[in-house]
Amino acid sequence: MSGNPEKSAVTSEDKAVTIPAQSGGATLKQGPAQGETLLKVTGLQKHFPIRKGLLQRQVGAVKAVDGLDFEVRSGETLGVVGESGCGKSTMGRLITRLLEPTAGKIEFEGKDITHLGVGGMRPLRRDVQMIFQDPYSSLNPRHTIGTIVGAPFRLQGVTPEGGIKKEVQRLLEVVGLNPEHYNRYPHEFSGGQRQRIGIARALALNPKLVVADEPVSALDVSIQAQVVNLLDDLQEELGLTYVIIAHDLSVVRHVSDRIAVMYLGKIVELADRDSLYKAPMHPYTKALMSAVPIPDPRRRAAKSERILLKGDVPSPISPPSGCRFHTRCWKATETCRTQEPPLLELKPGQQVACHHPENAEDQAPQDTVLLSAATEAIEVVTVGGDEPAKTAAEQTPEPETSEPEMSEPEASASEGSASEGSASEPPASEPSVPEPSGEKRVKE
Amino acid sequence: MTDIGKSGAAVGEPVAQGSPAPTAFLEVRDLKVHFPTDDGLVKSVDGLSFQLEKGKTLGIVGESGSGKSVTSLGIMGLHTAGQYGKRKAQLSGEIWLDGQELLSADPDEVRKLRGREMSMIFQDPLSALHPYYSIGQQIVEAYRVHHDVDKKTARRRAVEMLDRVGIPQPDKRVDSYPHEFSGGMRQRAMIAMALVNNPELLIADEPTTALDVTVQAQILDLIRDLQKEFGSAVIIITHDLGVVAELADDILVMYGGRCVERGPAESVFYEPRHPYTWGLLGSMPRLDREQTDRLIPVKGSPPSLINIPSGCAFNPRCPYADLPKDNVTRTVRPELAEVGSRHWAACHMTQEQRERIWTEEIAPKL
Repeated sequence: MSGNPEKSAVTSEDKAVTIPAQSGGATLKQGPAQGETLLKVTGLQKHFPIRKGLLQRQVGAVKAVDGLDFEVRSGETLGVVGESGCGKSTMGRLITRLLEPTAGKIEFEGKDITHLGVGGMRPLRRDVQMIFQDPYSSLNPRHTIGTIVGAPFRLQGVTPEGGIKKEVQRLLEVVGLNPEHYNRYPHEFSGGQRQRIGIARALALNPKLVVADEPVSALDVSIQAQVVNLLDDLQEELGLTYVIIAHDLSVVRHVSDRIAVMYLGKIVELADRDSLYKAPMHPYTKALMSAVPIPDPRRRAAKSERILLKGDVPSPISPPSGCRFHTRCWKATETCRTQEPPLLELKPGQQVACHHPENAEDQAPQDTVLLSAATEAIEVVTVGGDEPAKTAAEQTPEPETSEPEMSEPEASASEGSASEGSASEPPASEPSVPEPSGEKRVKE
Repeated sequence: MTDIGKSGAAVGEPVAQGSPAPTAFLEVRDLKVHFPTDDGLVKSVDGLSFQLEKGKTLGIVGESGSGKSVTSLGIMGLHTAGQYGKRKAQLSGEIWLDGQELLSADPDEVRKLRGREMSMIFQDPLSALHPYYSIGQQIVEAYRVHHDVDKKTARRRAVEMLDRVGIPQPDKRVDSYPHEFSGGMRQRAMIAMALVNNPELLIADEPTTALDVTVQAQILDLIRDLQKEFGSAVIIITHDLGVVAELADDILVMYGGRCVERGPAESVFYEPRHPYTWGLLGSMPRLDREQTDRLIPVKGSPPSLINIPSGCAFNPRCPYADLPKDNVTRTVRPELAEVGSRHWAACHMTQEQRERIWTEEIAPKL
């Protein structure tokens, strides 16, 4: 592990974690104990520059990932969900260091790997592997399966016990392929089988962390289940840690222990699976989950449960100010427009970045005037009284704001109070609301 | 052109062959679409029958390569026009739309119907829309082909349609080009184009597969509302059981180019009578249920349409293939048989066996 350049500024809390030395054999390794932090990400950013003109001056940046803080614990599965363009794939490529982060810090087993070069990363490549989405483009069509799955051994200069061929055949068997297909080419396999080949390759060096970017979305329904079960089994047998990136909320729920919900380059909610699905706190999480079509024709009548977000995700080139979701949120207030909500742990094991979370105490209760956009933001909100802790005490109703038709708590509350005709501008900055942390990240 | 009327033996569908008086708005009888290739004959659709009434929605479910998209192209008559390699697709069977048989009809007649009586929404709006023409021009063209109106009127109609499908500032966006629209907006524009002539049959081929879940919800909602408004018959083709459960009145499950189960949505979801349908239901994780430990996948992979397994096409993947006697699953092709009210399934197992397996083995694990 000498490839660590001097820049790895290890912070005080990280010094305690010792980096286990890489062993020569691919199979002899002891990862950190179950539940210990394996990967820690702080303030991670990735901005892709947009260049224009003759001089290729930078005129802007796509803020694909804009300040992420999370950790992955050993032995768990962290699911990452979000719509296309929310930066989840970029995140996956950053933590595997296939992309260079713009800012922030990535620590793997306590070691800062944020800016390690190709050579510096090489020993770590053994521990961090990736499974790609498209099983058609991620396998070299001119190489046999044996060559593909055996490549990690050759690249790392590892000779497994019994030789590479024997080990590759064992791996093929582990993922449910016929070891005799060693000499076949990728085109001879179906999509599901190819994905298994990709998984075998990722597992070759017995990694500690496997990042899977949409591992099943290119597969047919019946094949998806096979691959999901395979990932499950392998985790149990090999004690793997997964980061699974997917857009399908039902798949993510099935495989994950904890789930991060991303929106426009930020994590809006990070929680244990059960808390997240039983009581989502962020309005976006709630909308996202309610949008999933339920395979049950009898539920069709219950259309009122659905929250229908209007419009599309804004461009990550110029994300909205304050809370990025405020342009589509039905609870958005002035605070949301001006202040970015920090990611706070409102319940044990449930972090959320919202001023007005669902299923939890309002973070900015004094600010109750809905933005006019908010009343338009939503078509159907018939939230069945599942926000008990709504303390909409004193409010300054905005005369222009049209009341939402549906039973929105704030709206109905503001109806009752005497209109003080004042101020189309509600109290903007509340001292109680903590400063947004994302923007203040040190860029180095 | 096409090879029509080779009805042959009635391939097991509960529709009498050759009876010329269809009562349903759309009736497909023993449709076969075969493509000759160098490797052999690809039987994409191999004997499919169904009916659809106005105002109703039929969901066609199946995995990739089950023939669901080819069915829709067959109905639209897009195979007779197209050439695949140097060889033409071979179609047979009957397609009756509103009392008119389409497969034997003059292609010019069918062309008049296409876009006006029946239209289609494709999966990928970016490749289905022409990149060189503005959205407005494309909708205007679709309208003027079938209506003798001047450009202004047609343009007004285009704006009206864009407004109806929920595109903001339709009078401005009508002059935008497809690349200026987001995925969801493009799909809306395609829907506007498909509906500009008030078609009576709308075929949506994976209309939301390329979209995000929140946008998918918007589009499904839109399709549902528009159907209510226009009273069209809708065929929705998808691999997502959630989507059909949202929209479809009837469900048709396809496997290996054939229908394996067909019936009202409720029956197919609550009393499925084909092991493949069980497999589909067991393979998908569901948000509305408690977490299950394991999914129940279907083993193996979908069959090649050149070499469809003999007997029941599903037999190599079916866990119950050995239940019926005399190896019948591997030698005899099962016919669709009535298993409930308006509910058919093609399986060799006895009705009792299937009922028992479903209620005792499958349903509790879902």
